[in-house]
Amino acid sequence: MSDTTTGRREPTLPDGWELVCGLEVHVELSTATKLFCGCPNEFGAEPNTNVCPTCLGLPGSLPVMNGAAVTSAMRLGRALDCRVQPSVMARKNYFYPDMPKDFQTSQYDQPTNEDGHLDLPDGTTIRVERAHIEEDTGKSTHVGGDGRITSAEYSLIDYNRAGVPLLEIVSHPDIRTAEEAKAYVAELRGIVLALDVSDARMEEGSMRVDANVSVRPVGSDELRTRCEIKNINSLSSLGRAIVHEANRHVDLWTTGERPLQETRHWDEEAGRTRSGRSKEDAEDYRYFPEPDLTPLQPSEVDLEAVDASIPELPAQTRARLADVAGVTPPEVGLIVDRGQASFALDAIDSGADAGRVLVHLTNNLADGVGEMSSSAFAGLVAMEVGGELSSTQTKEVLADMVATGRDAPVVAAEKGFEAMDTSELEGLLDGLIADHPGEWERFSTGDEGDAKKMAGFFTGQIMKATRGQADGKVVAQLLNSRK
Amino acid sequence: MSDSPAAPAAFGTAVEIASAVKAGERSALGVLEEHLGRIGAHESSVHAFNAVIEDEARSRAMEIDDAIASGAEVGALAGVPVAIKDNMCTRGVPTTCSSRILDGWKPPYDATVVTRLREAGAIVVGKTNLDEFAMGSSTENSAFGPTHNPWDLTRVPGGSSGGSAAAVAAGFSPISLGSDTGGSIRQPASLCGVVGVKPTYGAVSRYGLIAFGSSLDQIGPFTTDVHDAAVIMDTIGGHDPLDSTSATDGHGSLESVLSDGVDGLRVGLITEMTGGAIDGIAPDVLARVRAAAEALAAAGATVGEVSVPSSVYGLSAYYMVAPAEASSNLARFDGVRYGLRVDGSNTAAMHTATRTEGFGDEVKRRIMLGTYALSAGYRDAYYGSAQKVRTLIIEDFDRAYADFDVLLSPASPTTAFEMGAKTADPLAMYLNDVCTIPSNLSGQPAMSVPFGTGDDGLPIGVQVLAPLMGEPVMFRVAAALEAAQRLEDGESR
Amino acid sequence: MSKLSRDDVAHVARLAMLDLSEAEIDTFTAQLGDVLETADAMAELDLASVEPTHHPLGLVNVVRPDDVRPSLDRDEVLSQAPEAEDGRFRVPPALGEE
Repeated sequence: MSDTTTGRREPTLPDGWELVCGLEVHVELSTATKLFCGCPNEFGAEPNTNVCPTCLGLPGSLPVMNGAAVTSAMRLGRALDCRVQPSVMARKNYFYPDMPKDFQTSQYDQPTNEDGHLDLPDGTTIRVERAHIEEDTGKSTHVGGDGRITSAEYSLIDYNRAGVPLLEIVSHPDIRTAEEAKAYVAELRGIVLALDVSDARMEEGSMRVDANVSVRPVGSDELRTRCEIKNINSLSSLGRAIVHEANRHVDLWTTGERPLQETRHWDEEAGRTRSGRSKEDAEDYRYFPEPDLTPLQPSEVDLEAVDASIPELPAQTRARLADVAGVTPPEVGLIVDRGQASFALDAIDSGADAGRVLVHLTNNLADGVGEMSSSAFAGLVAMEVGGELSSTQTKEVLADMVATGRDAPVVAAEKGFEAMDTSELEGLLDGLIADHPGEWERFSTGDEGDAKKMAGFFTGQIMKATRGQADGKVVAQLLNSRK
Repeated sequence: MSDSPAAPAAFGTAVEIASAVKAGERSALGVLEEHLGRIGAHESSVHAFNAVIEDEARSRAMEIDDAIASGAEVGALAGVPVAIKDNMCTRGVPTTCSSRILDGWKPPYDATVVTRLREAGAIVVGKTNLDEFAMGSSTENSAFGPTHNPWDLTRVPGGSSGGSAAAVAAGFSPISLGSDTGGSIRQPASLCGVVGVKPTYGAVSRYGLIAFGSSLDQIGPFTTDVHDAAVIMDTIGGHDPLDSTSATDGHGSLESVLSDGVDGLRVGLITEMTGGAIDGIAPDVLARVRAAAEALAAAGATVGEVSVPSSVYGLSAYYMVAPAEASSNLARFDGVRYGLRVDGSNTAAMHTATRTEGFGDEVKRRIMLGTYALSAGYRDAYYGSAQKVRTLIIEDFDRAYADFDVLLSPASPTTAFEMGAKTADPLAMYLNDVCTIPSNLSGQPAMSVPFGTGDDGLPIGVQVLAPLMGEPVMFRVAAALEAAQRLEDGESR
Repeated sequence: MSKLSRDDVAHVARLAMLDLSEAEIDTFTAQLGDVLETADAMAELDLASVEPTHHPLGLVNVVRPDDVRPSLDRDEVLSQAPEAEDGRFRVPPALGEE
């Protein structure tokens, strides 16, 4: 996985130390209704308008499981190669004003999905411990002070989000670098999007990541005290938070101290984690099976239907595109992540040069293909490869096509881009050889370095004379043919 | 006793009232006024109600009368006043669970049973008193003061549905609804001399019933006779998609089996509860249970004895399971969304102040007991073992039902006891439920049928137990007991 | 089973968000201890191979279709709140002086 947000690999830890990180990813399932009631599951509604007795936890209300949420959960489980199994909903008991019943209905010792794995594009396998169904909480706004929870004068609660279905995907502590953590989340997001079970937007909170971070000396297999980092709102924050927290642990261990097992919050502005509230009593969630819901026991037929509903996943798409394009899967990672794989495959299928297709998608189409069809794009690539357009001209035409959806020849003609005749170029070159015999001699008979340098010289002169309209490839061929 | 306010079916049974109202012989409003008159005369001494909703009831009665006058279809309970235990939600009408913590709360919705009764033409006259959150066996643990037994005002009506039992015994309404988690319908029915039914778990929707022990709770009727009980069960029962534990395959109509008789039925007296391992069953109560068995034998049933050995562990298991579920169910009373709030400087302090002031001692005891039973290190020994004991009890009952169609036992170990007699000793109070609890743990139906009186002249109920969805055979036996008792009383209604 | 201590009672009271006086802790410790003693009778049984019963009816796979149903009216909901502001439930700060 290449990291395009920073463009560099962050140094995770000092020599001799190793990161041990597991991730807990919460994904809000994009069902029409909430997990246990018929209230709409939508983001951004007026506060407390999508609430009913059940999701408000009113006395006497009862939950009824949303079958679509269970199906989504099983689909993601299968996509992560989990064992999809009989499950039991359980109550996790603790007081929290955002949680209307003061318990969260979740899964405990019998989750829907267990023991899967997620393979990163570079081939690293991260084991998935479980992926279980649970309900989301409401949302508090802290009022007064500086708006932070620690200084607020009071809080206001909106329960629209309470009871929205979540899938919590828990990895084993198999992650060893911040890059792997980001790659894991990006890959998981790709799978979620391919399955269409969530919009998985970290900035809107429909995908939330908590990182369990600890460190150990390289070569050791111990698991040292870990801290759970919350409040991570983007992929790049995830990387920074892990690097910061792991280094904090190394500093503590190397100065003879030790980290406390606790929940910490990532402060994006300060670039550091802060301790959460330490609790007087250790958490004791008093889990027990939810008596108001029945066990879930998917049949073989259910599981076959789930399997049949799983589309091509990002890893398979990468492999297919890489195979067609003759490159390695990681090289097409970005294109697949952006959801441009089928566009690329269609363009290649229409006869476009695979290499140029990948280059354009990777470098020139980061913001999407706009109005342009894959066949129009293939037409453009053909003109470029055929020397009818220089690479500079191609980029200009491409931008127009993305905006307008017009065909390449129409745009090229409008812009007055016409292919240089080869005979015209040959005449130009004859003149240049006559004017610069020494340089030509060095190009023709000099060593490799000299030849390269002089090739650059002659190409530059031709481009200058043609105001960039000559095709670089054609010029190179011409130079070599006259050597 | 002679001037006691007891007057079951003072103005007729529900079946009689509905039939007269539908025939135009009596008006729904007239029937209502008769009952409101009795409430006005005796409620101050009985205290069956937390609230009487006269105005709403009158307008509803007039609607029924209008519908009948215009020839519209009305339901099976047209014009029948009904009292609802105050732990079932009634839209716009305060629902308190007899707790300060629900002070002022008006639910924005009706419980499914309330909806079904209204659709059948019944008229809700009020919300009845209970032990706070249905935790108790005497209706003395109410934030609004105790309910008195209409047969003897110095005695308890039983509990926790004491208000609903007393309302029917006092003739305040011909029928009422209660809830039964460990005996809270059957024990007060026994002490108040009325019929009380704990249906099969899942036979009646719990939607809108404020939960105590979710895997044990069932709503059921109090009536003055078995026929009314069958009609109410047929009205409120059946699948409800809003309750995930609601049975999809019910037991069919009960009204239609009442005259089927008991000829050939096999009736088993539960050894442990009729002089066996379980102590504390009063001799006069035992005598009536044996008399019931003889009456059934006389009606053509074969009678035997059968052991349900694990039933002696019922109380142990129940006082882990019910409090465990309650500790979680009652967490939501935190001062944020409804009901009482006692201020605090932060959320946790506000929660604690609210709960400390809002809950009574018995509720606190059960919450703490349940919290303990689920806490780390004790969960397996207490909550876990209790859920396994349930399995043993079910297996023992299954063995018993291989040889018998129904089982018999006392509903309550004694007749109504003096008020205040057991309030200082929670464990003594819990023992009132020793015969009723096993059916809640197993989910099986059971009902208390009035069968004479004790040495003190107070009512005694016999408990009839049946397998899951065995209500039809249970009601046949109940009808036979009722007929035998009427014969004994020289009554010929 | 070990005997219930005052500390146990104080601990569960904290978990349950109940504030008990010293005298109440004494009373509840004795009363709850009595009930737990009766529960200890279950230890006489061999339960190792017994499956627990969580649902008396044994229903499974009860799910509903993913169809929207009407929500409640916000004014009706908030009219029941001890304190509301700006369409939301108002509570004291999450953290503050204890």
